[in-house]
Amino acid sequence: MSEIWAGIAAAFRLIFSFDADLVEITLRSLQVSLTALVIASALALPFGTWIAIRRFRYRRATIATLNALMGLPPVVVGLIVYLMLSRSGPFGVLGLLFTPTAMIIAQVIIIAPLIASITHQAMRDLWAEYHDLLISLNTTKRQRILTLIWDGRRALLTASLAGFGRAIGEVGAIMIVGGNIDHATRVLTTAIALETGKGDFELALGLGFVLIALALAVNFAIHALTRTESEGRW
Amino acid sequence: MVTPMSIRLKNVTVKRRGKAILGPISLDIGGSGVTHVIGPNGAGKTTLLKVLHGVERLSSGEIDWSQPAEVARQSQAYVFQSPIMLRRTVRQNLAYPLQLLKTPKDEIATQVLDWAKRIGLEDALDRPAPRLSGGEKQKLALGRALIRRPEVLFLDEPCANLDGRSTRDIEALLLDANASGTRIIMTTHDLAQCRRLASDVIFLLNGRVHERGPVAGFFENPETEEAKSFLKGDILL
Ligand SMILES: Nc1ncnc2c1ncn2[C@@H]1O[C@H](COP(=O)(O)OP(=O)(O)OP(=O)(O)O)[C@@H](O)[C@H]1O
Ligand SMILES: [Mg+2]
Repeated sequence: MSEIWAGIAAAFRLIFSFDADLVEITLRSLQVSLTALVIASALALPFGTWIAIRRFRYRRATIATLNALMGLPPVVVGLIVYLMLSRSGPFGVLGLLFTPTAMIIAQVIIIAPLIASITHQAMRDLWAEYHDLLISLNTTKRQRILTLIWDGRRALLTASLAGFGRAIGEVGAIMIVGGNIDHATRVLTTAIALETGKGDFELALGLGFVLIALALAVNFAIHALTRTESEGRW
Repeated sequence: MVTPMSIRLKNVTVKRRGKAILGPISLDIGGSGVTHVIGPNGAGKTTLLKVLHGVERLSSGEIDWSQPAEVARQSQAYVFQSPIMLRRTVRQNLAYPLQLLKTPKDEIATQVLDWAKRIGLEDALDRPAPRLSGGEKQKLALGRALIRRPEVLFLDEPCANLDGRSTRDIEALLLDANASGTRIIMTTHDLAQCRRLASDVIFLLNGRVHERGPVAGFFENPETEEAKSFLKGDILL
């Protein structure tokens, strides 16, 4: 028991002394997950909005596929990306395996369906509410989409935050495609797994607290956003 | 207004899930008055208004606005039975139809202030519209419809949730708009209001025009038994 307390104390010392390893790993985590978030949002926000307001032939199938993709186990995504990027795989020549880029690719695949799905739900409700008015006002397609995006911006931000929360806490896929290489592809979650395995609880706990703080911040932000949304305040 | 406004329906029917909910209707609406569409619940009043506005899918028949559909729609406004509020402030709701037309900003600001005063919401300009009371929402919806100075204004029970005073305010706004050239076509369940405002009446029953004529004649001397019973307040089957 005392070992754990000592570990916690040491962990705080690491955090507040801005330990070089801890800072490096935290920054890399943020870099990977934020990049994945930007790319996934750029794809998923417009796509989610589009399937919310467009009627097309395979709409139901698309939505079902999206929901199924959302449930993909990250480890399997990691495996597939690994096979694609490995030297004998179709994209092997690019030499991306065990680089942050590979990790970003895996995270984009994991969070894009989640962001698209949340976006779709929110935009569908908003479109149902606004439909008659926007048609009556003779809006162009562009004006409709801009209006929906603007008035649904809180929901879109919530969707992105949920994606970020999932990306930053994910370990299975990035472990496989990143390889947890020191000073290259080591991020918060993979480092925690490694250090725990080695019995070095100081760094593991220190990184763990950083991760918890990030996750809490994201969830508070989502909570605050959804509350202002439902109360109609902005 | 180069051509005087006119809307002509030819054998229009609207079917939903295999059931005819409107028509066949042939109808000619012109002139400059206030037309009231009345009839029991489910008669098809809302459907008829949407058909005239051009936002309801027709199962058969034709509409002729005496100008291209796009142009006609641009000069019409519609106030829905349950007001639709953008999730924005009152000010931004009023500004929205003008922004769509790329009206200059200072012109929009003047118009918004003017209309907020007319609908009695000048103190609520920065409140979120979805938080307004039911009656305030209806007034805002009316202001937002009139701010483009439409040639034709459709209103679906604009006074349904309003108290006596607000009803008078709205009626004054409508008469005002009508006097300055806006053709008004509206539904109501308030027969007293119909007598006060209407110049002519369309009596709908089971999706068809059962009777039509100037308001005085309709109330003094209805032609059909059903219209007589409706005016007496009997339940129509
Ligand atoms: N999309 C739809 N699918 C099926 N039935 C519909 C649809 N829209 C309207 N109806 C039916 O058509 C009939 C006419 O509806 P409408 O809304 O025009 O009536 P209304 O005269 O406006 O009634 P109220 O006085 O209650 O507003 C109703 O019986 C309604 O249930
Ligand atoms: Mg109705």
